[in-house]
Amino acid sequence: MDDSRSFDTYEAEPASPQLDDIMQKIAEHKGCGTSGGSGKASCGSGAGSGDMPQEIWDKVKNHPCYSEEAHHHYARMHVAVAPACNIQCNYCNRKYDCANESRPGVVSEKLSPEQAAKKVLAVASAIPQMTVLGIAGPGDPLANPGKTFKTFELISEAAPDIKLCLSTNGLALPDHVETIKKFNVDHVTITINMTDPDIGAEIYPWVFWKHKRVTGKEAAKILTDRQLQGLEMLTANGILCKVNSVMIPGVNDDHLVTVNREVKSRGAFLHNIMPLISSPEHGTVFGLNGQRGPSAQELKALQDSCEGEMNMMRHCRQCRADAVGLLGEDRSAEFTTDKIMEMEVNYDLSARQAYQEKVEEERQAKVAARNAELETLAGANADIKILVAVATKGSGRINEHFGHATEFQVYELSSSGAKFVGHRRVDLYCQGGYGEDDALETVIRAINDCHAVFVAKIGHCPKDDLIKAGIDPVDQYAYEFIEQSAISYFKDYLARVSSGEIAHVARGDADIRQGAFVAVDA
Amino acid sequence: MTYKIVASQCTSCSACEAECPNVAISEKNGTFVINPKKCTECIGYFDVPQCVAVCPVDNTCVIDNSYPRYQPSA
Repeated sequence: MDDSRSFDTYEAEPASPQLDDIMQKIAEHKGCGTSGGSGKASCGSGAGSGDMPQEIWDKVKNHPCYSEEAHHHYARMHVAVAPACNIQCNYCNRKYDCANESRPGVVSEKLSPEQAAKKVLAVASAIPQMTVLGIAGPGDPLANPGKTFKTFELISEAAPDIKLCLSTNGLALPDHVETIKKFNVDHVTITINMTDPDIGAEIYPWVFWKHKRVTGKEAAKILTDRQLQGLEMLTANGILCKVNSVMIPGVNDDHLVTVNREVKSRGAFLHNIMPLISSPEHGTVFGLNGQRGPSAQELKALQDSCEGEMNMMRHCRQCRADAVGLLGEDRSAEFTTDKIMEMEVNYDLSARQAYQEKVEEERQAKVAARNAELETLAGANADIKILVAVATKGSGRINEHFGHATEFQVYELSSSGAKFVGHRRVDLYCQGGYGEDDALETVIRAINDCHAVFVAKIGHCPKDDLIKAGIDPVDQYAYEFIEQSAISYFKDYLARVSSGEIAHVARGDADIRQGAFVAVDA
Repeated sequence: MTYKIVASQCTSCSACEAECPNVAISEKNGTFVINPKKCTECIGYFDVPQCVAVCPVDNTCVIDNSYPRYQPSA
């Protein structure tokens, strides 16, 4: 038996047990590939290829949505060319755009395929680390096949280095697998929330199928059959498939473990379980019925319980259908249609490649620093896990002021190292609309399960309040690499626990902020 | 009669445009409209008018009584 599984129990850790109990001797270092269970999955979509076949790793390593590590370095964009949809979801209100896949309350600017192609070239010229173009709505890309594939055609001619991907509900997927192959789309995301039609009937009021509106269980049966068939066809053709699921407490939360097994057995390589967005003001059926979304702890527990089966994605921002830039940094406001049409575009492939080479150098330095720090943790003997929040603008460094952070990235620290487990969006502390004190309270609620918050800089007042709330504000690692710093902090934490200076106390739950990622002019 | 689209309800999602068997639906000033001269209420094509079936917003594609009932030519 692999004893690394016992590391999953930190939430249940007693508040101040005997030192002997918490400092459990574990002889060997548990790094990537040397242990099964939880250690294995933390590497899969993380920093290294881990247990992924090499050909899949080659495809995903520079894809911000597929590789947790790449999302610090590479950017993606979505073009909103696909307004029409062929199913209705209870978490979506068409009148306000799709609440779960793009920003609620704002109708995305619809683009023609020609406008979309121009936008891609303009953005790729301005943001050299932009490597991925996705079509994700606001409707379903495959309910708009003409516009979707025309856009792919134009972009593959003008910018052949950009990877193409699309996101679909799967209803029309089996009809388009050949075309997806033809345009060299090697990344497809299918949103699969159930494989049981009884549960599906609670999520989908209707689907439009063979010229008819079908409702209830029959609709859910058609949808799940088509989704799984499409998934099988894609993976049989060597096209990489990710599965998105929306976690709806009391509806499909327990069932998603089954969904995870079903999609894994059909060759999906990554599963992204997202929290339901259901504020009443979005006007969705779930929002109006008072259906709640999951808490941070519930989401993490479900992701952890699926992790033994396959790689789990934890860094999803539920981006808008017209998002631009790094994940967690939406630059779409800089690239509106008016601005794009006036821009002079000079698409310079060699300049982009030169920039990306520099990114790779930085990335390798980061991994080397992390590994070196991890070496010093080898033989550390604690059965303790803690969460820490990090303020970062990307590049894998702690490079953001506490007051400028619109989100914090959360890492779980254990003697295996630092593992990314999620992100928490917050209101800007410096620009809180309700006064600074209220804004700080929402920040604390969002990271309440963390022991520390790493920042480039922080003022005295928030520092004192964080300490009062039991969260350690850490600015000593400003501008250094996240993982290396976190491991160093954890070593120090363990040393203080074992010397008796501090007692290890488990933290509480945290809030997930409602709504998709929204651009803020900081 | 023909079908018409209630502009204040229409989200301009364009789902109806592709489904209309008569190519009677087009975009006009940011919303979609049905050309009454082309609308056949889907009589002879489908059980239910396709714009009604596919529209995600209830009561958006509705009957326009100001036109006479469509008569399939003999």
